[in-house]
Amino acid sequence: MSGATDAFVRFENVQKSYDGETLVVKDLNVDIPEGEFLTMLGPSGSGKTTSLMMLAGFEPATHGEIYLDGESINNVPPNKRGIGMVFQNYALFPHMTVAENLAFPLKVRKTGAAEIEEKVQRALDMVELGSFGGRRPAQLSGGQQQRVAVARALVFDPRLILMDEPLGALDKQLREQMQYEIKHIHENLGVTVVYVTHDQAEALTMSDRIAVFEDGIIQQLSTPDALYERPENSFVAQFIGENNKLSGTVREVKGKTCTVELDGGGTVKALAVNVEGVGSRTTLSLRPERVEIAPAKGAVQNQLTGEIRELIYLGDHIRTRMAVSGNEDFIVKVPNSAGNVPLAEGAKVKVGWEAGDCRALDPLAV
Amino acid sequence: MTDTSAASLPGGSPMAESLSPTVDAPLTTVDGTPLREALHKAERQKRWRAFLLVVPLLLFVLITFVTPIAKLLQQSIYNDDFSSNMPNLSQWFVENPDSFGVPQDEAAFEALVLDLQTARENRTQGQIGTRVNYDLSGSRSLFTKSARRAARIEAPYREAILDLDKRWGEDDLWGVMRRASSAYSSSFYLKSLDLAQTPDGEIYQVDKKQQIYVDLFWRTVWMSALITGLCLLLAFPIAHMLATLPLRYSNLLMIMVLLPFWTSLLVRTTSWIALLQSQGVLNDLFVSLGLIGTEGVLTGMLDSLGMADREGRIPLMYNQAGTIIAMTHILLPFMVLPLYSVMKTIPPTYMRAARSLGATQFTAFNKIYFPQTVPGIGAGALLVFILAMGYYITPALVGGAKGTLISNIIAEAMLNWYNWSLAAALGALLLAGVLVLYWLYDRIVGIDNMKLG
Repeated sequence: MSGATDAFVRFENVQKSYDGETLVVKDLNVDIPEGEFLTMLGPSGSGKTTSLMMLAGFEPATHGEIYLDGESINNVPPNKRGIGMVFQNYALFPHMTVAENLAFPLKVRKTGAAEIEEKVQRALDMVELGSFGGRRPAQLSGGQQQRVAVARALVFDPRLILMDEPLGALDKQLREQMQYEIKHIHENLGVTVVYVTHDQAEALTMSDRIAVFEDGIIQQLSTPDALYERPENSFVAQFIGENNKLSGTVREVKGKTCTVELDGGGTVKALAVNVEGVGSRTTLSLRPERVEIAPAKGAVQNQLTGEIRELIYLGDHIRTRMAVSGNEDFIVKVPNSAGNVPLAEGAKVKVGWEAGDCRALDPLAV
Repeated sequence: MTDTSAASLPGGSPMAESLSPTVDAPLTTVDGTPLREALHKAERQKRWRAFLLVVPLLLFVLITFVTPIAKLLQQSIYNDDFSSNMPNLSQWFVENPDSFGVPQDEAAFEALVLDLQTARENRTQGQIGTRVNYDLSGSRSLFTKSARRAARIEAPYREAILDLDKRWGEDDLWGVMRRASSAYSSSFYLKSLDLAQTPDGEIYQVDKKQQIYVDLFWRTVWMSALITGLCLLLAFPIAHMLATLPLRYSNLLMIMVLLPFWTSLLVRTTSWIALLQSQGVLNDLFVSLGLIGTEGVLTGMLDSLGMADREGRIPLMYNQAGTIIAMTHILLPFMVLPLYSVMKTIPPTYMRAARSLGATQFTAFNKIYFPQTVPGIGAGALLVFILAMGYYITPALVGGAKGTLISNIIAEAMLNWYNWSLAAALGALLLAGVLVLYWLYDRIVGIDNMKLG
């Protein structure tokens, strides 16, 4: 086995166990090209942070190899890996000023005093904290601390930056602002970023590619739009964005489409993405914004009748919860545009969608 | 009020200008009382209630802490055993301030005889003698003997007294009596510092052989410092383990650290005696391992270092080693607990962050972890050091002659020499020393930087 590929970071059959009985990471294989912003997304306990810690060198891999720039780094201690890291709670050294925090990685590298000063100032300017060098971390707001942490991870010009849920402690507005700032820094510097989060909106906003983790396995590794538009299994469909699911049994497979008989009554056509064949169980995945209310007859391939349970007015659209084919939580987003049929709770309406918008995936246990 | 505010709204600038000088005037409430006064009144009840809650503790501290210390300080410079029981001679000393040494004046001896006769009647000759004995040993018997015969002494008194005992003709005695004739004196402090006074009041250092207190103070300081250092060396890794181990194990370890706290101090000290004495567990163990004893491998080496007794065993007790070993063990929890409480608040991510930024394990510890534990080190060191400075039982039991500390001599002064004033002076010096150290600590480390828990 060799890491001689163009991948900058490469996980090869990496497995990790803490107790020798269960695997936290099961056979991880990822190639990350240089300059990419890759996000590891998943619920807590899915193995994403463990994978990051193995890359950073804080946890040894139980099995497999990790390559950085073509070299195996399994036996390289964290301080020799040259990887910048931003921690969940920033981990700014409280007994040092901001400038001393930034100078720390340079000092341990025995950089000259003049160069340290120049680099620290440049890094502070980059995160727009040019005049804050003399302050202590405790005197900064959460957002400012976050920026210092980013600046510190970048100041020694690492080619790879790891971020472990760096925005988790910030409020929503600041979080969104920081997402853009981090993204811009990534674009300007061209460094490779591996980012860990459990927040799918964050992942969709920032990433070039997203690896969705669950149960120690990458469920899908795709660009944000592919992940949302073309989820390959029910977990991803469920985890990324809002999703309507309908359970049924495959009755016919014809090319890329299949016919599914729903448990709650009715038969629909769907894309056969992840089905085992005729007679197998499947869960259909359907995005709420792709469902049409009261479609003209024959305009879409699938039509069912639903009963409106709840209407929530959200300004630009009306969120409609319906009971469709036994699913009591079938969500439809109805655009708030002129000429729409007035909706009322308890009313029975037709809903419809194209077969191409409905993906037949692996069955979810209901 | 409503009128003005209503008028000022549409009126605008002229009204605003006329009002502006009043901005600096004190604010008032709606009915015109000054705001400050109103606030004071409104919160008075609350303050009183808070104060009443504190009163019992305040009284307790006052009675049990401030008063004894004040009394101690007073006693260290005040002793009227002589002056109040020898009023006539004391009066003579006041009237003749320039007479040093044995007086030629018959009046002085008349006063002395008169006072000795009164003392005999009041049975205070022992008390007087003891007071003089503090500064001039052997004097007690002189006073009891002279008082016994005072009734029969007749004029001329000077001759009669000098006949009675020739010690009355010593300059030193009269110098000491002159100083004792004033209830307030610095002689106890001088004695505490191994100093003495000539009959004409000049201060000099006592003979090398009689110097005990200054050496003892220094021994107390350096042994306390050594014990503090040893405690720090032992406690730092334990505290670190306690702070980083999983809860399950750290609880067990914590119990083991606290176990000595739940055992009587006396039991712990005596168990050290069992361990350390020359026929004790440790020595027996070394002997059975063939390291020491009459045929031990290391006996020759230890002997040449003067570290072995006649049987080739190491004397670990009744010397400084015993005091240091036992006190380090007993004071260890006082170092572990503050360190632990500080280390507990240092997240492990700091070390990881330092490592990811390129620091070696050592640099990360040295530059990131260690500086953050300084408040705990400061608190623990101060606590252990101050406790060690005043420690009594352990050095008394395992210290022997060479391993005792200043507190043991204080107890000796009180219990065996009945010299409370000397004990008070020694105690006051110890207190002053600790306060100076505390002040130094504040200057160097900063007291705000201390975390006790």
